[in-house]
Amino acid sequence: MNALKRSLKEMANFPSAIAGGAIIVFLVLLAVYAIVAIPYDEAIRLWRGGEEIWGDNPRIVPPAWTNLFRNEKLPTTIVRNSQDESTLTSKTVTEISEDMWDVVMTFDFDYDFDAFPQDLMVFMNATFAEKGPFVSMFWITPDGREIRLGEVTAKASETYRFAQDERLLRRLKGVDPQTALFSDPNKESPTVLKGKYQLRIDAITFEEGSDLEAKFIAYGKVHGLAGTDHRRRDLTIALLWGTPIALSFGLLAALGTSIITMAIAAVGVWFGGPVDELIQRITEVNMLLPTLPILIMVGTFQSRSIWVILGWIILLSIFGAGIKGFRAMFMQIKEAPYIEAARSYGASSWRIIFLYLVPRIIPVLIPNLVTGIPAFVFLEASLALLGLGDPVLPTWGKLIDDARANGALYNGQYYWVLEPAVLLMLAGLGFAMVGFALDRVFNPRLREV
Amino acid sequence: MTEASLPLPAAAEAPTEKPSKNQALKLARYIVIKLISLFVAVIVGVYLTILIANMGGYVDDILKGQIRETTSIRISMDPARKNLSMAERNQLIDELVAIEEHRLGLDQPFLVRSFRFLGRAITLNLGRAQHMASDSGSKEVRNIITERLPPTLLLMATCNFILFFVTLFFALYLSRNYGNLLDKLVIALSPTSAAPAWFYGIFLLLLFASVLGWLPFGGMVAAPPPENPVDYALSVLRHMILPVAAWIISGFFAGVYGYRTFFLIFSMEDYVELARAKGLTSKDVERRYVLCPTLPNIITNFALTLIGLWQGATILETVFNWPGLGRLLYTAIGLYDSPVIIGSAVIYAYLLAITVFLLDFIYALVDPRVRVGSGGAKS
Repeated sequence: MNALKRSLKEMANFPSAIAGGAIIVFLVLLAVYAIVAIPYDEAIRLWRGGEEIWGDNPRIVPPAWTNLFRNEKLPTTIVRNSQDESTLTSKTVTEISEDMWDVVMTFDFDYDFDAFPQDLMVFMNATFAEKGPFVSMFWITPDGREIRLGEVTAKASETYRFAQDERLLRRLKGVDPQTALFSDPNKESPTVLKGKYQLRIDAITFEEGSDLEAKFIAYGKVHGLAGTDHRRRDLTIALLWGTPIALSFGLLAALGTSIITMAIAAVGVWFGGPVDELIQRITEVNMLLPTLPILIMVGTFQSRSIWVILGWIILLSIFGAGIKGFRAMFMQIKEAPYIEAARSYGASSWRIIFLYLVPRIIPVLIPNLVTGIPAFVFLEASLALLGLGDPVLPTWGKLIDDARANGALYNGQYYWVLEPAVLLMLAGLGFAMVGFALDRVFNPRLREV
Repeated sequence: MTEASLPLPAAAEAPTEKPSKNQALKLARYIVIKLISLFVAVIVGVYLTILIANMGGYVDDILKGQIRETTSIRISMDPARKNLSMAERNQLIDELVAIEEHRLGLDQPFLVRSFRFLGRAITLNLGRAQHMASDSGSKEVRNIITERLPPTLLLMATCNFILFFVTLFFALYLSRNYGNLLDKLVIALSPTSAAPAWFYGIFLLLLFASVLGWLPFGGMVAAPPPENPVDYALSVLRHMILPVAAWIISGFFAGVYGYRTFFLIFSMEDYVELARAKGLTSKDVERRYVLCPTLPNIITNFALTLIGLWQGATILETVFNWPGLGRLLYTAIGLYDSPVIIGSAVIYAYLLAITVFLLDFIYALVDPRVRVGSGGAKS
């Protein structure tokens, strides 16, 4: 215990160890927060749920805080929903005749950004028995112009896409609606006219009790803490949930690999002879096994589950290069007098191996383990980059893969690549720095140089 | 310069009374033993690969499904067989499927087939691809792979050659000036090697291809390829800058740190002190008394890195669209083309074995113990 305390104190002399430790603490906190704030099932629902979950998000936009570094503020998404009292400005129903009612909804919103929105849509849900309501929409600009948008006969579920309305496009002289509707008419080049806009939805219903609910969305060009991907999903979920996955994957793989490797080396050294010989030969063969192609085959033919892959990774790395290092150390310890003593009072082989040999190696094992973690974290990302990521869980590697597959680098959507990459880098560096310092503390031979 | 003169001082260190013929014989025996053990290792490795690839007969199921599907489509599209009844048609399909499965050997027990696969894989008779074809139009997996091998070898050889010598000389320089600012910086930066090359590749692409636009996004040569061979070579060179840089960034600091530590440990030996005391120039001391004894260690170290790096190459190629084996593997995964995936795994096993053998050979040349001592110094 005292030795541990002393080692920890010694660690404090390495600035890189402190920085690395801080990074690890931060990542662990982030991981705990992710698991507590968004339970597993909720995370899966948010990431795999479907359009209704992320339909309100814009497509491939950077995070909202990037506006701080911009002169021209990009718009955030504006949602106005008639079922949400706080965003509905007014809704009136007047009877026109015996079988005709006029439902009028207005949505007000302030537009105070320097750029045009990404897209404009109105989603409608009509309740009726036979004849759906007839809906016409109007756009009122801050300077009081009223622009007729389009007419639709609403079905139970109806989507009106501004940009795909040919007649509207013709009326706007070919300029796409999201630009034309927000432009200042007195300026040559399209400039945003800031102020209060209004959308009026005028529905004629033809049945008693027939009603219309509408949701208007002006998709922004920035979103949330982390931006969105090509399927409009909020990257925050994947970044948050990627943390516990990466940490547990790296830790489990490193732990499994180094402990089993050490045990095998100890057994080989203790029993010697054919056992040792066999272990040595297996190690040699194993080093020639093409690890990544095998993992790829597992991913393609067996299962893409991250935990199956983890098992294979451990299986393929236990007879790795580490065995030689451990073997050399056990060879030395085996000759120590206290082992001799244990043998003379009749301790069993297994007792000697696991109670006397192995504990002596633990100081070497710990740095080994910590330095091993980044390699496995990156291995997971590498597999994801090859398209073999877990089909359900969101991971950092999968984000980079998505970004690459959708040409994020070519199209300048750097946030998409950089966010997971920076987190990966942090995880890698944190563990590498701590492991490095541990190595120097526990292996005094290295400390001199 | 140094590398050319390496074997010489090593030989000078060895006791000279042994006749050189004996030495050559020992070297040859060492190499033959290595070659045989590596070959056995390759056979075992390839067999394991086949076992893994056939996990639970999954590949067979896919293959059988494909046979049934293509046969059914062929029969139902055939106008001559339009008048057959449903039962007759099904019977015909079953018969044809059985013939096809027999042709492919799918009706034999797996154990028998696995050894046949092994024989074919070892002789590089890798079968025909299911979906992919080589650029020349061949569907033979062997042709597809041999077409992709040169780019991979070009990239890997360049990367590792540069990496090895750059890190070696830089480490020598640092061990001479150890403790200075640069040395401390390298130690501080050595954890950055935890990230693989493709990871730095993404950053390099972002910076040099996307933001600055100086270098291409990927590929091996400009499209359309230049006619003139000189222009062609220049174009390839231009496309190689980023992947090679990514490779070197990822391997550099840890490599330098490792070698530097070796040099420092060895330069503390008494015989180095003695050599210094004798008044030899520091260059001589470095070359004869520090570099020579460390070289076997360094080569072992490099061999281990290289083996680990082979798999990094797959993804580096994918990220940079380099038309090599790695990218082939990536495309094969996407198309679910199992013969190509298995074929690539076999080729990788061979490449690893060849790498290990070459390094063992160099090791034998450099380490005098191999020639005069009790055989392999590497256990």
